[in-house]
Amino acid sequence: MTQLALHPSRHDAPALETPVLQAPILQARGVALRYPGQSRATIEGFDFALAPGETVSLLGSSGVGKSSLLRVLAGLQAPTEGHVTMNDAPLVGVHPRVAVAFQDPSLLPWLTLEKNVAFGLDFKHQPRQSRAESEARVEMAIREVGLTQSRRKFPAELSGGMAQRTALARCLARKPEILLLDEPFGALDEVTRTEMQHLLLKVVRDFRTAAILITHDIDEALLVSDRILLLGGAPASAIGEWRIDLPKPREDFIAELGAIRVDILSTLRGTAQRRAA
Amino acid sequence: MSMSWPTDSLTRAERRALAQSTSRPTSFNIARPAWTNAALGVGGLLALLVLWWLGTDVLASPDGFIRHFSPTTAIPKLIVLLSGPDLPVHILVSLRRVLVGLGFALLVGVPLGLAIGSFQRLNSATSPAFQFLRMISPLSWMPIAVMVFGVGDDPIYFMLAFAAVWPIVLNTAEGVRRLQPAWLSLASSLAATRWETLWHVILPGVLGHVLTGLRLAIGIVWIVLVPCEMLGVSAGLGYFILDTRDRLAYSELMATVLMIGLLGFLLDAGARALYRLATRSHA
Repeated sequence: MTQLALHPSRHDAPALETPVLQAPILQARGVALRYPGQSRATIEGFDFALAPGETVSLLGSSGVGKSSLLRVLAGLQAPTEGHVTMNDAPLVGVHPRVAVAFQDPSLLPWLTLEKNVAFGLDFKHQPRQSRAESEARVEMAIREVGLTQSRRKFPAELSGGMAQRTALARCLARKPEILLLDEPFGALDEVTRTEMQHLLLKVVRDFRTAAILITHDIDEALLVSDRILLLGGAPASAIGEWRIDLPKPREDFIAELGAIRVDILSTLRGTAQRRAA
Repeated sequence: MSMSWPTDSLTRAERRALAQSTSRPTSFNIARPAWTNAALGVGGLLALLVLWWLGTDVLASPDGFIRHFSPTTAIPKLIVLLSGPDLPVHILVSLRRVLVGLGFALLVGVPLGLAIGSFQRLNSATSPAFQFLRMISPLSWMPIAVMVFGVGDDPIYFMLAFAAVWPIVLNTAEGVRRLQPAWLSLASSLAATRWETLWHVILPGVLGHVLTGLRLAIGIVWIVLVPCEMLGVSAGLGYFILDTRDRLAYSELMATVLMIGLLGFLLDAGARALYRLATRSHA
């Protein structure tokens, strides 16, 4: 694995060996994924550790296997090799305190916004809680994303940004320890996307949740992440890692972010050239 | 190129005008307010009434047999019959048969449709067989149905359910195939059990298609019902038609025909209202 670390602040040690001070909340070791009938693995040799409260972007071009990787980290898909642990326990199926949001907000059109946010809270594999507590959580989640006024609307009456906020609220209602976001803002316009990125920062701060963001947008990764992991190659693995110790929001640090951006792009170009050679 | 379309010689402005003039009828249809459509529909029904009246009262010879079937006698007779003891009973008997038949069709058709929509192999395996069974007129099962179920309501329930089950199966299966994959990923990301996925995602997701199938089934059942009731039963609208014929009560016969059309119309309107109610939030 080629390694490229750039630290705009004080760290000098290679990022992959940066000790995680707190015990990782989610850990992947030697994860490989090969779909049946495929000659080549989609992912190979993927190692990863997520610290509590940390926001990590998995950055990579379309089709590199980011979404497959997220499915493995979410417990939606068992890896072919290696293993994923959450709080040191093997991840079997979806953990109730891991919330996943996809690019498609996946709202059910026959339920109101409120019911969509509450959807699944009473499922068998979710922790038991009283009706009053569920209602309080739903109300709190809707307030957090600023949709209290629209809570009785149906999805057909919501804009794309509102739909994605609703999907985020549905994640928050289960008080997640980890948010897994699969290009959640990919289908939104530029202005709405910026708003959603700020909302994400607020949510992560308010809920003290860790987050993994899958994205192909370098700027998005630069603005929201504590750490960026660049995925590339076939089968995909981590080809670079950057730790960004800048305060958020980061719109005032364009110069520092610009340097990392150039570095990410040159790493991508280097990988592409090696593959061509 | 030697080949040329007649429009090739037009200027750009002319072509645009042509495009607008050809696209106008569709946009006009969409823009037409609902009350205009309703008024047109009522106008069509009135025209039908006038045609009926012309055929039986104006164009027919003064002593023609067809004059027995005039709206001027049938409509007053229908009002008399509806306030009498017989016709309401026959209507209720017929409606009960329709409901029971549709109930059985739903009971069998929805689970079958869910299974066929979920498993492509099952769909391939059953598709030709269903096309074959579907094309057999339910009435042709009559003798067998009577031998198996005996005389009475049971063979009618069987035939009505047999007629109604196909559109329900096919539409439910289509509904399952059109479920958004995102809804199913959502269910699995929330660790939903199979039962929870079925109950909270698949069933509400296919409801619109099931109701479309139900509406088609109502149309078929209502058509099949009357001939079914002409065989071996002593109540129902089909029975009453034959009864009026035997009593030479032609105005009653025509009044019953009118009633059958009216009830069918109302059943269809009810099914449409149910569909709109169930899908009102999706628009």
